[in-house]
Amino acid sequence: MAKELMKGNVAAAEAAIRAGMDFFAGYPITPSTEVLEHLALRMPQENREMIQGENEIASMNMVIGAAACGARAMTASSGPGISLKAEAFSYAARSELPYVCLNVQRWGVGLGRLDSGQSDYMRETKGGGHGDYHHIVYSPSTIQELVDDIYEAWDVSEKYRCGVVVLSEGFLGQMMESVEIPPYKKREKPLGWGIDGSGKIGTRQSPDTDTLVARLRERTALIQSQMQRYENYQVEDAEYVFVAFGLPARVCRDAVDTLRAKGEKAGLIRPRLVWPYPVQAFKEVNPQVKGFISIESNDLGQMVEDVALASRVTSDKRVPVYCYAHSMGTPGVKMVMGKYMEVKNGSMKEVF
Amino acid sequence: MNVIKQAPEIMYKNNQFCAGCGHGITYRLIQEAVEELGYKDNHITVLGVGCSCNLNTLTKGDKFQCAHGRAAAVATGMKHTKKDTLIFTYQGDGDAGVIGIAETLNAAYRNEKITVITVNNSNFGMTGGQMSWTTLPEQITTTTPLGRDCAQKGYPFHLPEMIASQFTHVAYVARGAVNDSKNIRQLKKMIKNGLEAQVKEEGYSLIEVLAPCPTNWNLSPLQSLEWLEENMLKEYPIGEFKKRGV
Amino acid sequence: MSKKAIMNGEWCKSCQYCVKACPQSAISRGSALNKAGYEVVVLDSEACVGCGICYTVCPDYVYTIAEE
Repeated sequence: MAKELMKGNVAAAEAAIRAGMDFFAGYPITPSTEVLEHLALRMPQENREMIQGENEIASMNMVIGAAACGARAMTASSGPGISLKAEAFSYAARSELPYVCLNVQRWGVGLGRLDSGQSDYMRETKGGGHGDYHHIVYSPSTIQELVDDIYEAWDVSEKYRCGVVVLSEGFLGQMMESVEIPPYKKREKPLGWGIDGSGKIGTRQSPDTDTLVARLRERTALIQSQMQRYENYQVEDAEYVFVAFGLPARVCRDAVDTLRAKGEKAGLIRPRLVWPYPVQAFKEVNPQVKGFISIESNDLGQMVEDVALASRVTSDKRVPVYCYAHSMGTPGVKMVMGKYMEVKNGSMKEVF
Repeated sequence: MNVIKQAPEIMYKNNQFCAGCGHGITYRLIQEAVEELGYKDNHITVLGVGCSCNLNTLTKGDKFQCAHGRAAAVATGMKHTKKDTLIFTYQGDGDAGVIGIAETLNAAYRNEKITVITVNNSNFGMTGGQMSWTTLPEQITTTTPLGRDCAQKGYPFHLPEMIASQFTHVAYVARGAVNDSKNIRQLKKMIKNGLEAQVKEEGYSLIEVLAPCPTNWNLSPLQSLEWLEENMLKEYPIGEFKKRGV
Repeated sequence: MSKKAIMNGEWCKSCQYCVKACPQSAISRGSALNKAGYEVVVLDSEACVGCGICYTVCPDYVYTIAEE
């Protein structure tokens, strides 16, 4: 199929339609709004349901209702809007409902700013709502990956009966790239559950809490083992390894190439999912590695904690873990290379 | 023996409500109406949080437990997915009219083809009798220990009147009560009207039910009926605020 | 053929709504306890005319109206 030049948010929305999305509800918020706008036109064309809700709370609860009845349902927003959805995430987890939530991240706490960012790593990977649950969290670096992730998202979500978050970024949503939009598809096998009004099928939830807890634990372990996804680049002989996802990962890859050309043994671990975290990727790294450098577009460094944990559980050595938290926007290649040299010459202090 | 009247079989065991609680009658009326409309095997009860949670163990029919206040939004998502299924929320006054007022009003604003049934007992029952927006002037609750001072804490909240007066396109809005057999029979007609408005795709419907809460009113069940008649019926008149087809 | 109310006393919570509502005064306060510990109301089948008001006002689905 021919490639088209498309804006990230529009490509993401179209990919959801191609993936068989039956229902969408959302509320405008920069930088995710084009998703809502595109679907407002396209969903009726496809004879599917789309609602502009009164807020993010209601929108996500509408998604819960649709998902409980067996629809492929989705919502999209950005940092502050996702905060409002967090209550409903927890209720969806209690009912083991599959759904997809696209987070086009912006920078900052509170209202933040409209700049691109990766401020929501912690919330998306650790939970966000009350109680114990995880989302499966995709972390695309390109618009094509964004499209492919959404195209796959419901298959995975329905397989594990676990909500999926696709962690986009402001720049990724707003920029344009050449992309191949996949063909229309439908759910391959019937769900085998879904409230239909008969009182006979329902959501096939666990009847008692003991069973629910056992199933939750079993499923979480299964996802952690089956969904290890990452791309390792030049890590086998690396002295220092960048760890980055999303747009900063593209920058880091360029930095690795440039550093290698100068004789520096740099490498990159790029998580394709940030939950479950790709601990497996760290096992493939040079055993003599001198440090990991987490490169993130937030203020305090969030993923760096998982980098430290992954390096500790995969190595007997205490490998130093550094972090460059770029704050808003996406760091440039020279900036990242500069941080590499700071780590190497000892002027950057390790975090863990 | 030929059975003439019996609680719908879908309610397969005794309810968990307190003695004299109005919920038991209200949900029985709903299920009678559902049966009479032919939707016994094609309906979903969308449950709010509060004493309404007790329905989780009362009915064999499809039901879904929502977050506090969000039932109208969940029901909206369901209705857009299952257009031929009868979908109604079952919420308390705190759920539908306080924490969930945004969801309740916005669903009415969009004229979603759902039915909201809200039981008004003038307090937050499940949490032990706190002030609700529907609490009457001078009424003692655990958070108005000296009686509700309306100048400070707001005045009794009239949800059906508000919806019927502001969202004139909705299909049906009414308030009934479960204090005696006459009002109960009238309420049954209201509930049936509301559900039928949905079935016939006329639009949004809402029925508020005045119900006694003997436990939190600190009254015997019989005394609570008197209190309801003397106080609640005066503040909250029963009747149809938006009739069908008007 | 006459209509009568039939009771399931195990579900009675002793609220007395039926006692108040019965137009025939066929239902009265009882003293025997059911398994849940409530005093079950007493129905006088002779006085009952099967009007069904007890069914209508009962919050606990105690009454069934049947034709004998």
